[in-house]
Amino acid sequence: MRRRAIAALVLFLGVLVSQGCGGEYPQSTLHPSSDSATLIDQLFDQIFWWAVGVFVVVTGILIYVFVRFRERPGDGRPKQVHGHLLLEVGWTLAPALILVAIAIPTIRAIFIIDRSTPDPEALVIEVIGKQWWWEFRYPELGIVTANEAHVPLGRTVDLRLRSADVMHSFWVPRLAGKRDLVPGIENQLWFRPDSVGVYHGQCAEFCGTAHALMGMRLIVDEPADFERWARANAEPASTPADAEARAGQGVFMANACVSCHAVRGTPAEGQFGPDLTHFGSRLTIASGVLDNTPGNLARWLDSTQHVKPGNPMPEVELSDAQIRQLVAYLGSLR
Amino acid sequence: MAMTDAHPTGIWSWLTTVDHKRIAIMYFVVGFAFLLVAGFEGQLIRLQLAAPGRDFLDPDLYNQLFTMHGTTMVFFAGMPLVVAFFNFVVPLQIGARDVAFPRLNAFSFWVFLFGGLFLYASIPLRAMPDGGWFAYMPLTNPEYSPGPGIDFYVLSLLISGVGSIAGGLNFLVTILNMRAPGMTFMRMPLFTWMALIVSALILLAFPPFTVGLIFMLFDRSFGTHFFDAAAGADPVLWQHLFWVFGHPEVYILILPAFGIVSDVIPTYSRKILFGYPVVVFSGVLIAFLGFGVWVHHMFSVGLGPVVNAVFGGATMLIAIPTGIKIFNWIATMWGGRLRFRTAMLYAAGLVATFTIGGLSGVMHSSPPADLQQTDTYFVVAHFHYVLIGGTVFGLFCGFYYWFPKATGRMLHEGLGKAHFWLTFLALNVTFFPMHFSGLLGMPRRTYTYAEGLGLDVFNLISTIGAFIFTLSFVPLVWNLWRTWRRGEAAGHNPWDASTLEWTTASPPPHYNFAEIPTVDRRDPLWHPYIEPESRRAGDEPGGAVPRRQPDEPPEPVIMPNPSYWPLVLAVGMLLMTIGALGSLGLTLFGLFVTAVGLFAWAFEPPFGEEAH
Repeated sequence: MRRRAIAALVLFLGVLVSQGCGGEYPQSTLHPSSDSATLIDQLFDQIFWWAVGVFVVVTGILIYVFVRFRERPGDGRPKQVHGHLLLEVGWTLAPALILVAIAIPTIRAIFIIDRSTPDPEALVIEVIGKQWWWEFRYPELGIVTANEAHVPLGRTVDLRLRSADVMHSFWVPRLAGKRDLVPGIENQLWFRPDSVGVYHGQCAEFCGTAHALMGMRLIVDEPADFERWARANAEPASTPADAEARAGQGVFMANACVSCHAVRGTPAEGQFGPDLTHFGSRLTIASGVLDNTPGNLARWLDSTQHVKPGNPMPEVELSDAQIRQLVAYLGSLR
Repeated sequence: MAMTDAHPTGIWSWLTTVDHKRIAIMYFVVGFAFLLVAGFEGQLIRLQLAAPGRDFLDPDLYNQLFTMHGTTMVFFAGMPLVVAFFNFVVPLQIGARDVAFPRLNAFSFWVFLFGGLFLYASIPLRAMPDGGWFAYMPLTNPEYSPGPGIDFYVLSLLISGVGSIAGGLNFLVTILNMRAPGMTFMRMPLFTWMALIVSALILLAFPPFTVGLIFMLFDRSFGTHFFDAAAGADPVLWQHLFWVFGHPEVYILILPAFGIVSDVIPTYSRKILFGYPVVVFSGVLIAFLGFGVWVHHMFSVGLGPVVNAVFGGATMLIAIPTGIKIFNWIATMWGGRLRFRTAMLYAAGLVATFTIGGLSGVMHSSPPADLQQTDTYFVVAHFHYVLIGGTVFGLFCGFYYWFPKATGRMLHEGLGKAHFWLTFLALNVTFFPMHFSGLLGMPRRTYTYAEGLGLDVFNLISTIGAFIFTLSFVPLVWNLWRTWRRGEAAGHNPWDASTLEWTTASPPPHYNFAEIPTVDRRDPLWHPYIEPESRRAGDEPGGAVPRRQPDEPPEPVIMPNPSYWPLVLAVGMLLMTIGALGSLGLTLFGLFVTAVGLFAWAFEPPFGEEAH
């Protein structure tokens, strides 16, 4: 009975561990892809194994004690022991030494991670957290975009973090630990990505109704791809070629869209919502909630409050045809 | 029934009681009810998270539920259950007839109860707070949280905080001044020691929180700018005020559990506590260090490398006294005669599961590692191991241990053990997978999560565990019902324990001790078995050892009168609190009732006729 319970427990833990190791984990802290995240992961590994060691020793002794010193019929009073000075000193010093072993790499890592980047060539990106999306600005490149940022492989990225409203926390686990966006303060976070890919992130400080849906993507490109992306995104929006998209532009400009959204190169200059100048080139809609497909976009335009409850975008009355035209227009903004 | 004296019964006698044992029962019943309510809220949260993208709860309701779950568990379940044990056990363990300020004790209970009821009045009024139990500014200012939701949070914690501070003061004075003759500090049972330390913690930790709440109240109600970045203030100030309270609060919840276990393990090992002075001073050290670690809740705020290094180091230090306690408990059991009654199972379970919570705590004491772990389910796993595996296990341990003393009846062992194994299973099935979901990137306080992040299996297992938790209350309730119907009588000392509370009847008469005992050693009831460590003055063998108490007091006992003024005062404060939601008239009326209550209380004669 007991053996079966232990077997079940081992199986359970085995399932958990195998779940934790294989598979795709785009938001995992255990699969680092930058210098900063790797440093943290290595530190965590060290602490983890110390902890496992302590756990095994303590639990082992506990189980031994539970079995060995169980009261048996006929047992008298045990010998009473007040204490033992050497033992007390021993189990004070042993944890202290383990903690020193943890503290040394910890402090080393703090002074690497918590300082501003030492790299003068770093790519500066301003990140502004808003309920419930992210604005990314590249001051050197003249790019303003939302909810996804491209960065080049092998170059340090230096984020300047600000909040437009409440506390948020910037977190792309495979690239860096968290850093809060605090109203009235500019925070910094840096990392140097080491492999190309699409990295998932999301807000990690509770910020209100749609906190769970305040996601983002960080896309690490080969330097040449990044250059291409940066050149394209610095341009104003192109005028749509086909008729449906042109009609969509008319719908966009005639409705409430323009009061919140900017499309550079057009009369739309709203500042409250995400800049849509190159919306068509983005991977997701509504800060990581939906993949950017025409069907999803139509769904989003039709029922924003259902897709992302509480978000500040109103549900504008639009006919099916108008939605089709808007989808074509927004898709053309590449 | 063992009740020998003519103690009045009926509702009026409970409303006016100043008897610490009755107040303890009221604290326990109300605290347990809040535990069930908050547990139910947790169950709802787990149902929502059972699979990605569910819409069982909408985001606003989800945010309200996790706010209520956390706030209730900490302030209206954990704290009152701890205080219930202080109330019942401490006067009995130190050989006193009541606490130092019996009416203040009743007052503490009533304001706690009203604070809790006030918080839950937000449900019928459809205005549940939704800012989290930590209520970070500026999300909780009126611009981002319009409506009265956050006001319910602020006001309920202000009013119940008055009761907590009064309680802390009461137990501090009780333990310092009311000990039986001969009970020096180093002869006090460990639970009383931890109650003393925790009382000091309450007294020191609640004032900064109260200040923060008043700032928040003023920002919300009168347009001040204590936390307004636009006006040049720093909203991080709230985080400091909250966590300089919030971290000691963790020790307010855990140290009493450590105290319970430190009394229970020796009893069921038939062996005195190993390293008594070390266990005592490690408790003092934990409490002391507890005031110097609050920034470890704020490592991601960006306070700079020096601050993070200092607070990370201080946090690591706490592992040392905590480890010392665990090793001394193990050494107490070593060579003992372990009897695995239900209380002992909970004590042993605490040592094992708290170790897991302690070790994950060490993992995020390291600031860089914490930057990945903070605000994720890894932390949710950590503190549930600490607060369930530590505090709740400790409280259940104390419940099974002192239940016969409080009621005079024995609980059923089989049902008790079933209860333990179910909670043990539920804790691990619910919260162990959260270590993984956290490390794989699941943030806290999110009402849903996306498919494709690899989080589905872990969340499903956690939800199954939550059902086991709900199930675990069945044997407990069955046990209580069965004992109510036909529990066998307990006798004075059913566990062969060593401390003073076991010398008197079960349940104790309302004057506790017919004769105030005199104490000349630790573990007085075991003195025949113990070789003294060293002979001191007063250690004469066969000296003033408290034996079983006589049934009738040999001389008159003077006990405090019942009083309804504490209740009146608490009602006055409740009226003021309700008025603060927007009725100046009601606030003034409440102020009037409060003033009347205070004056009448001050001039009421405390002692009445003799009990016999």
